Amino acid sequence: MAQHRVIVVGGGLAGLAASARIAEAGLAVDLFSVVPVKRSHSVCAQGGINACNEVARQQGYSEYEHFDETIYGGDFLADQHPVLEMANWAPRIIDLLDRMGVPFNRTSEGYRDLRLFGGSLFKRTHFSGATTGQQLIYALDEQVRRYESEGQVTKYEFWEFLWPVIEDTAQGQRCVGIVAQDMRTMQVRAFRADAVVMATGGCGLVFGKSTNSIICTGAAAARCFRAGVWYGNPEMIQVHPTAIPGADKLRLMSESARGEGGRVWVPRKKGDSRPPRDIPEADRYYFLEERYPAYGNIVPRDIATREIFSICVNDGLGVAGENQVYLDLTHKDPEYLTKKLGGILEIYEKFVGVDPRHEPMKIFPAVHYSMGGLWTSFTKGSYNPDAARTKHKSGTRPPILAEVGQGMQLGALNNAQTNITGLYAFGEVNFAYHGANRLGANALLSCIFDGLFCGVSVANYVRDGAPAKAPAGDLSSAGYDRVVAQEQQKVKRWVDSASAGAAEPRTNPYIIGKELGDEMTAACTVVRHQTRLTQCAGKLAELRERQDAATLADGAAWSNQALGYARALSDMLVLAEAIARGATERKESRGAHYRTDFPDRDDANFMKTTLAKHQGGTTTLEFVPIDASLILPTARTYGKKDDKPAAKPAMAGAGS
Amino acid sequence: MTQAPHALASRPQAKPGRTVRFRVKRCDGPGKPVRWETFAVKPEVGANIISCLQQIAASPITVDGQKTTPVAWDSGCLEEVCGACTMVINGKVRQSCSCLIDEYAPNEGDEITLEPMSKFPVVRDLWVDRARLFDALKRVKAWVPIDGTYSLGAGPRESAEQSESRYVMSTCMSCGCCLEACPQYQIEENPEKWPTSFIGAHAMNQARLFNEHATGAVLKGARLDTLMGEGGVNDCGNAQNCVQVCPKHIPLTESIATIGRSVTIHAIAKWFKG
Repeated sequence: MAQHRVIVVGGGLAGLAASARIAEAGLAVDLFSVVPVKRSHSVCAQGGINACNEVARQQGYSEYEHFDETIYGGDFLADQHPVLEMANWAPRIIDLLDRMGVPFNRTSEGYRDLRLFGGSLFKRTHFSGATTGQQLIYALDEQVRRYESEGQVTKYEFWEFLWPVIEDTAQGQRCVGIVAQDMRTMQVRAFRADAVVMATGGCGLVFGKSTNSIICTGAAAARCFRAGVWYGNPEMIQVHPTAIPGADKLRLMSESARGEGGRVWVPRKKGDSRPPRDIPEADRYYFLEERYPAYGNIVPRDIATREIFSICVNDGLGVAGENQVYLDLTHKDPEYLTKKLGGILEIYEKFVGVDPRHEPMKIFPAVHYSMGGLWTSFTKGSYNPDAARTKHKSGTRPPILAEVGQGMQLGALNNAQTNITGLYAFGEVNFAYHGANRLGANALLSCIFDGLFCGVSVANYVRDGAPAKAPAGDLSSAGYDRVVAQEQQKVKRWVDSASAGAAEPRTNPYIIGKELGDEMTAACTVVRHQTRLTQCAGKLAELRERQDAATLADGAAWSNQALGYARALSDMLVLAEAIARGATERKESRGAHYRTDFPDRDDANFMKTTLAKHQGGTTTLEFVPIDASLILPTARTYGKKDDKPAAKPAMAGAGS
Repeated sequence: MTQAPHALASRPQAKPGRTVRFRVKRCDGPGKPVRWETFAVKPEVGANIISCLQQIAASPITVDGQKTTPVAWDSGCLEEVCGACTMVINGKVRQSCSCLIDEYAPNEGDEITLEPMSKFPVVRDLWVDRARLFDALKRVKAWVPIDGTYSLGAGPRESAEQSESRYVMSTCMSCGCCLEACPQYQIEENPEKWPTSFIGAHAMNQARLFNEHATGAVLKGARLDTLMGEGGVNDCGNAQNCVQVCPKHIPLTESIATIGRSVTIHAIAKWFKG
């Protein structure tokens, strides 16, 4: 009998945590990545990672409150049990990263320092300068390299995932491997596996310019979707309030800049052309502080984004009449700023040419994170109150103390498993934890949590599930050959189209990709409206048609990046349609999804997961009930002074 | 827009609407001939090398009107934190994402030369294979040997100073700038020769990083065994180019000196123990 193997696709935090945990369980891991794993997009995460900690605990904070904040922050869309388990595990994850040698910032006494972050009144965010993601992924990369040197993990770097191999069995569909392509030699081949973990991150490139890395196309998730994997809440796309506009990407300016005291403002008077330092306090409009006295500048992202958008687009108060506001740190000690935020201040300095320690930064919102993703299931844990509780009162005694297995049952085979047996989805690529809006510093947590907690489920499935009786290594090669042939056909289609030089704009994949980004940014970001979404559907149909006729400027059988891009674009178009369809069908406003024509949350009809299915080239949507058995929904106001739930920008110009 | 008082003094005022020429060293793959091609690009506001290469990819036609293939290059985060897009720009190694066109080519007709790093085998055009760099991290066991991923409480406490010192060392993104600039580090395509070829500044810095962690120090002896052998610290010629090109300002020469001292002590101790 062949040795059991597990494939992990993606080498960011989720993929590396999964690889380490599965290798530790004694299974062989094949780790696939389009880049050397150390260069994965997780390096871009800046601010930190949330967890209840001893200081906050003594001030009245708890894992339960972290859970409650995450549900409230996500506007009551997430299934609640998985979120509870994640919050309960957070302190253990911090301890583990600490043992791996992550240089967390320290207090003068040598304890891990903490900072304030959006959506909480307690300091519960652990950090390593302003490059926390980089430091965490390096720690996990090092541990996986250790397993690699012991022969337990085999890396396939510069290999692109093309399609899952799914077998139809009497018990239903089961994933038994993948087909991938070497991006250098262009070899397409099948890899057998008893389980496959997708950990391929987000889809920022569907929106053209975003805060994401160039590799975050969403193509891998889209390919699974096209192969029959369900997709949850595609319309839930987080637009980060503070990014630096740029020609090639919109660089993130971390929420930690606000957590460390950064103040957002615009001149009170339209057209005030004085340099920011010459504008006296009385003439500055600190609109977040004035509108949200309790949370001020650290309101959650969707709210900050809409307020900034509204100030610029509706009120015309943007700095210099443009779509930008000040993010001001100049009142803080420059040395303190360097110590706490050096990494991100350097980015601003480098790309804008201005020192943010002495001059307020100019920022505007940008697409940042996908709360939606491949649909995954779970087995409820031991905490099941008779009735859902009312919202937790901040700082009060929690109803339960954190224990393993209260939220999800540890090791249950279906935790983080998609609708296809043996195919799992970890990290940003799944839809599980962040509902309609992700809280800052919860992403790193969810990625590592999935790898460590749900990694156990993968190992158990391989040992106790279908692969125990029928290992992938013993299956006939027919199913694998069929998928290889399908993918070779796609390669051929593109190579056959190639001729050197520029294709005409109508059939040039790079132009089609740019138009896709512009359209999705205009129709499906900060504000959405039926009329604009209908127009978007038409544009996407046009782009799909053009993409079918698109041609390449390169037919090389070696390291052909143009082919990789064009093929990914076809998949991104399918994902874009699901996002736009979700935005159209969800006729309410919730979290990051804001409809000017349906400005209120509608729990009766839409406190439900948007479930997208793709079959025979067609996407269908349905709304399915969520697990809301722990906390009752309440209005999500964050203590706004007037009684309106949040900013209600009109449908102007749309979010660019 | 008025010039901000704290704008960095070195940044020249670029001419809007100008055309910039990119002279690119191209190669279709290992063993294939090298050729030079020049492209004309109108950079957008805030353009960098990446956004110009993207423009070239969408319309790969040289200044001579020659239709060609898009230039291949490696990139990732585009904010100088992943290390992928490292290349040689106007003769100097650096990340191409943080290379702003306004600064490098402010005037009409200015030319920028792009070449792949010379110390690694070319995959295609500007894309090189840096596998040896990651292999070096295995050679020095650049990890903390933890007991496993189950809960065992917090890690060792450390002072803010220690943590800050380790943080700087730990920002190494394995970009390879220090190796490109090093006169001792030579291209080596045969992986069998890697274990005895010069390991480079980045790996010695990683060895120091983990030697200075309370649990990581358990493997200090094994790391020093590697670094006292062939291709180790003694192969460093002390040119000090590495520290000057490191985009993360890691004190590489300090790390090499620290490793040098540790190796000496380690060697003497071993000699006494027999």
